[in-house]
Amino acid sequence: MAKLESTFKNMVLSLVIISMVAAGALAGVYILTLENINAQKLAKQEAAKLAVLAGHEDGTAIETSVDGFGGVFRVMVGFDAEGNILGYEILEHQETPGLGSHMTHWFKNADKPGQNIIGRKATGAFAVSKDGGDVDAITAATITSRAFLKAINQAYSEFHGVEAHTGASQLNNENKEEEL
Amino acid sequence: MSNGLKTLTNGILKENPTFVLVLGMCPTLATTTSAINGMSMGLATMFVLICSNVVISLLKNLIPDKVRIPAFIVVIATFVTLVQLLMQAYLPGIYDVLGLFIPLIVVNCIVLGRAEAFAAKNSVGLSALDGIGMGLGFTLALTLLGAVRELLGTGACFGLQLFPDNYGALVFVLAPGAFIALAYLMVIINKLQKKS
Repeated sequence: MAKLESTFKNMVLSLVIISMVAAGALAGVYILTLENINAQKLAKQEAAKLAVLAGHEDGTAIETSVDGFGGVFRVMVGFDAEGNILGYEILEHQETPGLGSHMTHWFKNADKPGQNIIGRKATGAFAVSKDGGDVDAITAATITSRAFLKAINQAYSEFHGVEAHTGASQLNNENKEEEL
Repeated sequence: MSNGLKTLTNGILKENPTFVLVLGMCPTLATTTSAINGMSMGLATMFVLICSNVVISLLKNLIPDKVRIPAFIVVIATFVTLVQLLMQAYLPGIYDVLGLFIPLIVVNCIVLGRAEAFAAKNSVGLSALDGIGMGLGFTLALTLLGAVRELLGTGACFGLQLFPDNYGALVFVLAPGAFIALAYLMVIINKLQKKS
């Protein structure tokens, strides 16, 4: 078959058809994979929950999201009853590979107490050493580190709220809702 | 057959996309902070390159010359998004490693470059071989660059610690090190090619 001439009609038709096929293929695959992708996300969330609680049945897992260097990222943090950090998992992030992406393991390195936050009591005021805090930032990824610690602090204040709430008995809880 | 073999090996050495054509520098410099990152980016690009080369070669007579670039871009961007969705749904383990790099493939001019320079003028079979060859060349180059940067920057190679990371020069993991390492690798490869 000879090549199509570059007439106005041919150009419009060719582009419209290609775009339509592409859009159709994308829509089809999106619908096809949607269920699976959501299931994967859920499974990951469940797995993260187990991981951050590290076997403590009385712990609380809190999910929070924060603006990082490359976009919003979601963190799951586990606290025990006293507010000590049991563990954390990054559920989703777009930080720079090789720099900011190190946050997935950087803050749980038991060999480096300067950067490790696992087992420490959360106060809601974690900060990197550059900002006067006592947590070592990821090398060459201070913005990501700041965002990460902000997420941990956010999770802690949420945990604090939950704690105050569930600290009261179930009965009181019902009463409270009625009062509201 | 010899023609096919020539097309296949063309991308690996003689027209290596990174060291000889110097195409696709954005992902090359950005993702080669370690050997495994470089290799992952290379493999993902190779997959898209093969698919887009085949489809564009099939469509080459249906695309009028004056609108070929937008048409190619639509095809490439569609494949990149498809790869991302399918990987996310069925290969979550690999997606965790590669996910960050996949959108970067759209801006990789090797893919558009091969569509324009090769797939639009050659048969489907040859275009597929060109995609494989170029993809392999790109993967090898990125793995090599990643390995050099990882070794000099952190003392490791493919995550295997060869000397303590305190002795590493962090600059090689950062952006300036990417340019320095790439320049020296280019010098070495050009020297070797001239000899042979």
